[in-house]
Amino acid sequence: SLSAATSAVWLAAYGLFVLSQNSMVLSAAIFITLIGLIIYLHFVKIDQESLLVIGSLGIQVTSSYASGKESTTFIEMSRVKDVVINEAIHMQKVIYYLCILLRDPGDPQGVSEVVPLFQSSKPRLDCLIEVYKSCQEILEQRKTAPQSS
Amino acid sequence: MVLKVFFPSCCSSAESGVLIGRWISEQNSAVILAVVHFPFIPVQVKQYLRDVQRVTTVSVSVLGAWSNSKQEKEESLSEFLEDLGTIFAHEPWIQISKEGDSKFWNCSTLQKHSNNPEEEKVILVYYDQRKVMLSHLHPPLATAASPDHEADDASKLSAIFDTVAKSKVLFLTGRYDEGPIKLTHWQSDGIEASIIVELMKQASVPACMLLAFLLSLVSGVCRSRVLKFWPLSFLWSKLSTCEQLGHRLQHLQLISSNKKAQNQTQFMRKANIFVSLLIDVALGILLMSWLYRKNRISHLADTLIPVADHVAEELQDLLQWLMGAPAGLKMNRALDQVLGRFFLYHIHLWISYIHLMSPFIEMILWYVGLSACLGLTVALCILSDIIALLTFHIYCFYVYGARLYCLKIYGLSSLWRLFRGKKWNVLRQRVDSCSYDLDQLFIGTLLFTILLFLLPTTALYYLVFTLLRLLVVVVQGLIHLLVDLIDSLPLYSIILRLCRSYRLAAGVKFRVLEQQDGKPLRLLMQINPLSYGSVVQTYRLPTYSCYPKDSWTSLCKKLFLGELIYPWKHKGENQD
Repeated sequence: SLSAATSAVWLAAYGLFVLSQNSMVLSAAIFITLIGLIIYLHFVKIDQESLLVIGSLGIQVTSSYASGKESTTFIEMSRVKDVVINEAIHMQKVIYYLCILLRDPGDPQGVSEVVPLFQSSKPRLDCLIEVYKSCQEILEQRKTAPQSS
Repeated sequence: MVLKVFFPSCCSSAESGVLIGRWISEQNSAVILAVVHFPFIPVQVKQYLRDVQRVTTVSVSVLGAWSNSKQEKEESLSEFLEDLGTIFAHEPWIQISKEGDSKFWNCSTLQKHSNNPEEEKVILVYYDQRKVMLSHLHPPLATAASPDHEADDASKLSAIFDTVAKSKVLFLTGRYDEGPIKLTHWQSDGIEASIIVELMKQASVPACMLLAFLLSLVSGVCRSRVLKFWPLSFLWSKLSTCEQLGHRLQHLQLISSNKKAQNQTQFMRKANIFVSLLIDVALGILLMSWLYRKNRISHLADTLIPVADHVAEELQDLLQWLMGAPAGLKMNRALDQVLGRFFLYHIHLWISYIHLMSPFIEMILWYVGLSACLGLTVALCILSDIIALLTFHIYCFYVYGARLYCLKIYGLSSLWRLFRGKKWNVLRQRVDSCSYDLDQLFIGTLLFTILLFLLPTTALYYLVFTLLRLLVVVVQGLIHLLVDLIDSLPLYSIILRLCRSYRLAAGVKFRVLEQQDGKPLRLLMQINPLSYGSVVQTYRLPTYSCYPKDSWTSLCKKLFLGELIYPWKHKGENQD
């Protein structure tokens, strides 16, 4: 975790300082901590994850990091086969996660890729069921809509 | 079904008129390219569209009407616009109207021949026309791998990007042109161009021709028969500088060819090579100026001889240590002395050779340093070659030690088989039992014992020299890795991704804009740029890279058996 890493770096720096009496060690420790914090906020810590489903266009997954960076993926509706809740057995418990199944271009019944959603926020089953129901409503519409000739 | 209208954001403030663009019926979407203003003659508009269609192969047609009224909705205008629908017959006829400065537009469709009585829902997607036209969509690597399915499962987005990109001709007529058609699109206020780019385009043609001529001369000289005689060709193949120079020559030939780049990949490759060469030469000249300032190169030459002497002395000390009792191990005295004296004599020869060369070193280094202006990579290759030449004696010692050790190991294994009463059958490539005579067994066992007890001495020499050789190989490998990195990094693509990120698109992203009940859904389509990792992976320049020939296990096996190792293999080199 962040506090453990920071404390470790600072204790090591203080130990080195006591041994060598060189204050550069402390400045280096400050520098390293700052850089590490910036890297952590920009690349690791995800603040918000959102899912946008537009029935005729596709599904868009956005993760926004603590530093404001946003990373988006857009999957076209023609590539989406279904949105399901998957179960996984991890250590001693069963965890549920929502995922998008992508169509396999070669095999109409097959699944080429599974895209897991909400990897950082990891909502619980009741929350996932709400999202699942809304997604299924929209996905149903595209199946019942008549194909244009 | 839902109708999707892709509307360029530059036309949001355009005057009323008709919308022209492309209708993609499979996706039920309309890509609007421009707005034709009143007054116009429908026949001329149709003729113009036919011309555009012929040139661009994009099926452009009149899709609907656009009304931008400053006051409240005018009934007469809307009827007039509906009547236009009968002149330009298009199914469905799209009508978009904007009132005053309102953000929420009315969008309705007229379907004359539809059997669906209910009103179609419309989604309005705004897109930045200039960015979409200039960007290049990179399909994800998974779909690129299966080209046969691409046709059926063609990406919807690529259709839109293609439409806008191919309609460049449409964007050449502006609003202030004298023709019968007045359009509004992203370039209608005036075609934008850059003087620098135009000048460079003009200047590049003669420059390319001159460069091509010079290169043909140089390659003619290189290919001449004089340089192909055996000692010289062997030398050229061993020196990495020549390979690097040949590689750069190939690059220059690629740039100076007067064939225009056919597609995006070729253009990016040419641009990458050009920028890479430029940066390389700039860094090389920087290095050269640093070396020659304050006469650093003669200082370098002055320190070279003492360094070589120092290395030789260290080796002598090492051998003296080996000839004594190294690390407390007890060596076989006679063999030790023989081997030690043999290597010491070599070092003596080497030192005399270096001292012979010492007056010329400075001059040679001075002229060799000048070649750093050809590029930083060439300078690094020269450094690697100098290291190889200076440590040539270590290489020789390694070869001697390895051969001796290898012979010993083979002898031992063969005599061990004899000791057990077996023999290696060359015909069948396997071990067979064999009955030996008594005297054969006696001599064999004797030799086996001798070789076994002499093994530690030879093994120690082999170990020491192999470690030294591996050290040199690792240093050379690092330098070559750096050269490779500079060679293959696609700098132009990275700078493009940094400054004009919309040109390299991995996909799109949608943002939902403010909604109002009863009005169509508004989305903003923005370009999602490619990540830096994929940029480097897609546009990497191919190099003659050297990669480890052997896996770790085979390397260890070779080391154990005493076979000579050449860990870095160059692509295209014959097997040793």
